Amino acid sequence: MPVLARTLEAAGLSTILVTMMPFWAEKIGVPRTLAVEFPFGHTLGQPHDAAQQTRVIRQALAVLETAEAPGTIVHSPETWPVPRREASKDWQPEEPSPIIQMMAPRFRELVRQRRQRKA
Amino acid sequence: MPVDSFKYLPRLIAAFYQMTERQLELPIPWTPLPRPLSGCKFGLITSGGLYHRTVEPPFDVARERQEPTWGDPTYRTLPTDVRQAEVGASHLHINTRGVLADINILLPIHRFQELAAEGRIGGLAKQAYSFMGYQGFPPDTTAWRGTYGPQVAEKLKAEGADCVLLTPA
Repeated sequence: MPVLARTLEAAGLSTILVTMMPFWAEKIGVPRTLAVEFPFGHTLGQPHDAAQQTRVIRQALAVLETAEAPGTIVHSPETWPVPRREASKDWQPEEPSPIIQMMAPRFRELVRQRRQRKA
Repeated sequence: MPVDSFKYLPRLIAAFYQMTERQLELPIPWTPLPRPLSGCKFGLITSGGLYHRTVEPPFDVARERQEPTWGDPTYRTLPTDVRQAEVGASHLHINTRGVLADINILLPIHRFQELAAEGRIGGLAKQAYSFMGYQGFPPDTTAWRGTYGPQVAEKLKAEGADCVLLTPA
């Protein structure tokens, strides 16, 4: 989605990206970003928690208003009310995605090799 | 405290992301806000794989199952007065239960209607847009950059939008 933010901005729209992965926003370069420490699929908050959603959106609008240069990343103080272990499980699909099923053995091997090289 | 991008990721995916090289492309595009937000019309775009049930088809997850290194690059259109029961989601990488209960966690149509009513923003475009975030492995965003992103930008501008909120999933 950082790519789409860039594309729309280049087309003449002022964009604000709200993301749980500021890692990618920083790597790819996004005009304006609000980072939230929320589980995937829940970018603006919990379902039916309008107050939380509105707080995040107001923070996003403030970033849109005040950012002075491209690459601005602001970190939201919002916290997720569900414990980490449970939240990490909740957002994931019921079965692993096709690419994960296909690549998991290879990923594990790559990570193992990388660790060995570092050691 | 800075946000930890990896807090909710399984260790394997986190390790893999951290190993991925991505080149920062400079300059980063920049369109200054044309006017105060109280006069700006907003477009909403998510990559949560949402679609307007019975009006448009889901994303092509059948092909993705056959060809796991491919992700559907097209987009879907959802009217911002869509009823919750008409919201569908096709995305094999996240659990879509939450957004099927409340669209506002990804496409905040009701929150933006409230903000428009109170005068914080000028208004909300009649159409919102959804992509499906998985763009293959390795990711190929050529169609997003060259075709579908510019199409959505033109449609939003034709509606008079100035600003866009983007919510990856």
